[in-house]
Amino acid sequence: MLRRHFLFTTAGAALALSGAFTAPVSAADQELNIFWAEWDPANYLQELVNDFTKESGIKVTVSTTPWSDFQTKTFAELNAKGDSYDLIVGDSQWLGVGSEQGHWVDLTDFFTKHDLKNKFLPATISGYAEYPAGSNKFWAIPLEGDVNGWAYRKDWFEDPKEMTAFKAKYGYDLGVPKDQKQLRDIAEFFNRPDQKRYGVALYTDNSYDAMAMGVEQTIFTSGGSLGDYASYKVDGVVNSKESVAGLQAYHDLFKFTPPGWNKAFFAENNQAITEGLAAMSMNFFAFFPALANPKTNPHAAATGFFANPPGVGGAKFAALGGQGVSVVSYSKKQDLAMKFLEWFVKDETQKKWANLGGYTCSKAVLTSPEFLKATPYNQAFYDSMSIVRDFWATPEYAELLDQLNKRIYPFVISDKGTAQEVLDSVVKDWTATFNKYNRYKK
Amino acid sequence: MSTLSTQPPAPPRRTANRGISDLALRNLFIIPTVAFLIVFNIFPLIYSLGYSFTDFAANQNRPWQFVGIQNYRELLADEQIWTNFVITAKYVIVSVAGQMLVGFGLAMLLNRAFAFKGLVTTLLMLPMMMSAAVVGLFWQLLYSPSWGPINYIVGLGDFGLLSDADTALYAVAITDIWMWSPFVMLLSLAGLSAVPKHLYEAAAIDRASGWYTFTRITLPLVSPLLLIALIFRTMEAFKTFDLAYVLSVQPTTELISIKLYRLAFQQWDTGRSCALAYIVLIMVLAITNIYVKYLNKVKER
Repeated sequence: MLRRHFLFTTAGAALALSGAFTAPVSAADQELNIFWAEWDPANYLQELVNDFTKESGIKVTVSTTPWSDFQTKTFAELNAKGDSYDLIVGDSQWLGVGSEQGHWVDLTDFFTKHDLKNKFLPATISGYAEYPAGSNKFWAIPLEGDVNGWAYRKDWFEDPKEMTAFKAKYGYDLGVPKDQKQLRDIAEFFNRPDQKRYGVALYTDNSYDAMAMGVEQTIFTSGGSLGDYASYKVDGVVNSKESVAGLQAYHDLFKFTPPGWNKAFFAENNQAITEGLAAMSMNFFAFFPALANPKTNPHAAATGFFANPPGVGGAKFAALGGQGVSVVSYSKKQDLAMKFLEWFVKDETQKKWANLGGYTCSKAVLTSPEFLKATPYNQAFYDSMSIVRDFWATPEYAELLDQLNKRIYPFVISDKGTAQEVLDSVVKDWTATFNKYNRYKK
Repeated sequence: MSTLSTQPPAPPRRTANRGISDLALRNLFIIPTVAFLIVFNIFPLIYSLGYSFTDFAANQNRPWQFVGIQNYRELLADEQIWTNFVITAKYVIVSVAGQMLVGFGLAMLLNRAFAFKGLVTTLLMLPMMMSAAVVGLFWQLLYSPSWGPINYIVGLGDFGLLSDADTALYAVAITDIWMWSPFVMLLSLAGLSAVPKHLYEAAAIDRASGWYTFTRITLPLVSPLLLIALIFRTMEAFKTFDLAYVLSVQPTTELISIKLYRLAFQQWDTGRSCALAYIVLIMVLAITNIYVKYLNKVKER
């Protein structure tokens, strides 16, 4: 009896299981799964797509994973040609690997059909959608525009005593820094460890791209560069006088960060403001809503925002964040995914997206006075979005990032070596990597 | 016939009652486990051995090529890999030694009758029941020079244990000691409570000193279990990934497993990372073998 019972149970379970895999699943056919990192904009997106479900009957789920795991999980799925996700809101650096390895569906026709080149800000098209640069081939729809900016303590800056002391020491008025030199001066001025007050909060986490974003932004504003992305030339560019000065400037700014600031990314940098630790804090605009909200920031009323100031030579740049949404080529529901994108690029959807807290890249919404006045940081966001510049988007970007991280971290954090030595080593590493991928044989 | 009727009814045959034979039962339990092991353990193990001799990269659509022992040769000649091994060795020595001392010390303290002994033992075991990622996250807060209590209590001021390149590895090891000493404590406690009481009584009658009793009775009788704890903790410490990964991003805390993770899942250098995984496996096996040989010797005594 027992044996028979066991056999029946096993057979039943096997049948049930096979049924789950083979039976027509009409409900699941009408479902889309979007993958993104775990942060507030992903929640806003889930809220937004509920409207799409109401209109079309297609259920959309926004699945998330922590930032530190985002890249690994995405590529583990894509390399296995998995169809768990129909759409992925991917980082700008992934365009190269996504397009060259066939992970992303070519959206060039979709771009032309909807005239998206004129609909979105040019910087977001080249940042999140086009690969290779200038090729007019598009792989993603700009979804969340983002850029590195600054938050600062308005009350400290506007304190008459501080203003007088600052002017006496530096010879000019204390205010939002007009260039990188002033940014450094202000950081130095407010750095008072005895009062538990520090000058500046910077990105220092090197497990993904945080520190690289901070450093590249400073290198760009110094007139330096991370290389010629078209010809892969790095020698004499990455280690140029200007690039070296940029890295040195970041290293010097690090001296004015709070103690133990050696693994800081967006959470720590927002904390620097909410805890009253730092006068200025570098962060992506996507994290600024939390600083403008009195519920999450006790100093919300006294927190101001500004775009990354130009270098002394006048170069104006900010590190590009943000993501575009791509259709996964292994998805079996590409038709539904395209339907979703058609809905997403509509003007009214983009407007709703902005209202929910998402950073739309739609020109019409971004330039409207309504948007610019909606929050204390929207104007700075718009200003920053027009000066964006990004890291390498070549398929081997992850190796480049790892090599850069490994070289710059000991210099910035532990004062090991010189900026010139560091960037010379980066040139050596990157040249070897580009040789490995035959980038110079074209 | 009447005699027959008075007899109690014959007991039903055992096999009929069991319904399933011993052999079938054994197979029922073992076959799924073995199948699972083969599919998820043995097969990938052999497969990755094959990959370790190729230049396969999981993120690229190009065909892979057989490269012989090139991956092994390059890895073993790579200075950076040796730095990672030295970091790992330092970490294993500090962390395991700390755990053995603290764990055994705690077991000695607990090996006597006192009020709430059960509760105290349970509370002491809590750290090892937590997830390493969670432990890492809250120790990161504890170590913070700005808001962490450790600097305040120890009086380190602004000195960041985790932010200093030279002390970061020790800070990670301290966390590991906190987390895993209870494991050593548990095994030691089992060993200590198994020491026959009459040996201590005899030693007391002979007026043996505390130290003499400890070195001649306690330690020799507990040492097999201590060695087992040592084997487990060494293997685990050698493979530590999560705790160090969450706590620190310093190049000085890049253990070999973190290096392996970066090579495999950030750079997708699959062939080379398989080779490195095999090098690590061989090292762990070699160290464990030395211990096991020693353990057998201790047992024979």
